[in-house]
Amino acid sequence: METGNSGQFNPAINLRFGPQPNASPGGILATPGGSPTIGVAKPESMTSTLLEALSLLGSFDHRLLDIVLLSLQVSLSALAIGTLVGLPIGAWLAVAEFRGRGALIVVLNALMGLPSVVVGVIVYLALSRSGPFGSYGLLFSPAAMITAQSVLVVPLIAAVTRQIVEDAWREYAPEFSLIGLTRSQSVLLLLADCRFSLTVATLAGLGRAMSEVGAVMIVGGNIDGYTRVMTTAIALETSKGDLALSIALGIVLMSVIVALNVAAHHVRCWAARRYG
Amino acid sequence: MFPLRLAGLRFAPDGRTVLAGLDLELSGEGISVVLGPNGAGKTLLLRLLAGLLPAHGGSIFWGNSARPDGRLAMVFQQPMLLRLSVLTNVEFALRPQALSPAERKTRTMEVLERVGLAHRVRDCARLLSGGERQRLALARAWAMRPRLLLLDEPTASLDPTATDAVERIIREIRTEGAKVLMTTHNLGQATRLADDIIFLAEGRVQEHEPAQRFFAHPQSPAARAFMQGELPWRIAFAH
Repeated sequence: METGNSGQFNPAINLRFGPQPNASPGGILATPGGSPTIGVAKPESMTSTLLEALSLLGSFDHRLLDIVLLSLQVSLSALAIGTLVGLPIGAWLAVAEFRGRGALIVVLNALMGLPSVVVGVIVYLALSRSGPFGSYGLLFSPAAMITAQSVLVVPLIAAVTRQIVEDAWREYAPEFSLIGLTRSQSVLLLLADCRFSLTVATLAGLGRAMSEVGAVMIVGGNIDGYTRVMTTAIALETSKGDLALSIALGIVLMSVIVALNVAAHHVRCWAARRYG
Repeated sequence: MFPLRLAGLRFAPDGRTVLAGLDLELSGEGISVVLGPNGAGKTLLLRLLAGLLPAHGGSIFWGNSARPDGRLAMVFQQPMLLRLSVLTNVEFALRPQALSPAERKTRTMEVLERVGLAHRVRDCARLLSGGERQRLALARAWAMRPRLLLLDEPTASLDPTATDAVERIIREIRTEGAKVLMTTHNLGQATRLADDIIFLAEGRVQEHEPAQRFFAHPQSPAARAFMQGELPWRIAFAH
């Protein structure tokens, strides 16, 4: 951290706004003398960058729109796959009784924190030409990004679902057992009963997918107009010094996540009034 | 399935004896009410009969069989209701039975009509009042057409009107031929409903008598003290 001559911390240091022609990929400026230095932001440039970002949003910049649409397409597809796979796995694990169940739950919970770059590398190896799925030619495509995000989302949704459904199962198990319901009948009823709580699980999955950058960067390649999504674009544009586009994309990303959370909150409130 | 015989039934989790060799024989008709102080093992007895808990000793004989050959249903003190419609909360209990969806719906509507909830079939079960919830739980049990119905304090925390409605349903279920075994703390309710009384205390059946005789002349000191509203610790203190 740059501290200046006085040795005191200066919050303005480390920030530089607006296009920076001498910017290196790391965001550190190359000076004529060759030694790297860190830029100092000016308040007016911060304002102008923000205005530029808002202008990009207001003008429905096609570059920005393409990136946003691709991000939504990739993340929502991964969420759909994650929900279809994660919900049944979590619900089954909640009611199943078998040796090693506890260990499996620990593994599943641990997978919630799976580093996205590790997933990126694994999916990269699986989809690369010499990998087991190399013949499909999916690497550096949106499909590869969906695959990577799905791998990240499935354990998260499954683990949260398992916890929610298991809590309900403890309450209902005696009655279901007396009635003679099969496990699959019980699972379907529990999923229906917990459907509003499970929106939290799916939202958590969507948040994980949309904010993810490492895995999609590795398997998507961040190709302009083809595999560039909001998070990878923000990372790239920031490193290039084009903070206006980064900020515009950040605003969209945050808006989408906040809007989804607001919608989920209203659904839960409505459900509590309607269904108790 | 009947007579239902319990021989030396024991339940002692972690070495703490709750039922210490319970012997009992029940016929297949009428309403048997289990009375006793808190912690006597009334609810536990129902759960053991329902197979929800394993006994630590003794035997249960269903007629000549170790397993019930008729249907059992149980209504818990806090009725379990799914966040689904009133209709679905009854209908799902019929799914394991060999009935078509149309038959399930017909039978569901029939019992909902009889418990006075037919007008609320589309409402969410969790939004019903306490009395309606208990009637819905009874409707679900009734729809299963059980041979033995176990009721764990079915009117606890209900007002007199709701209690009266629940008691009317219990009598109707009995009239249709189901054996009812229920627990209650309400002596008035036991007087109104019971054909016979099983009095539990200290982990054993202290008395099993026809209701009239039990209320007129309780035989055991524990039952007499219970009827007079004495608390167990006061009995112990007096001794």
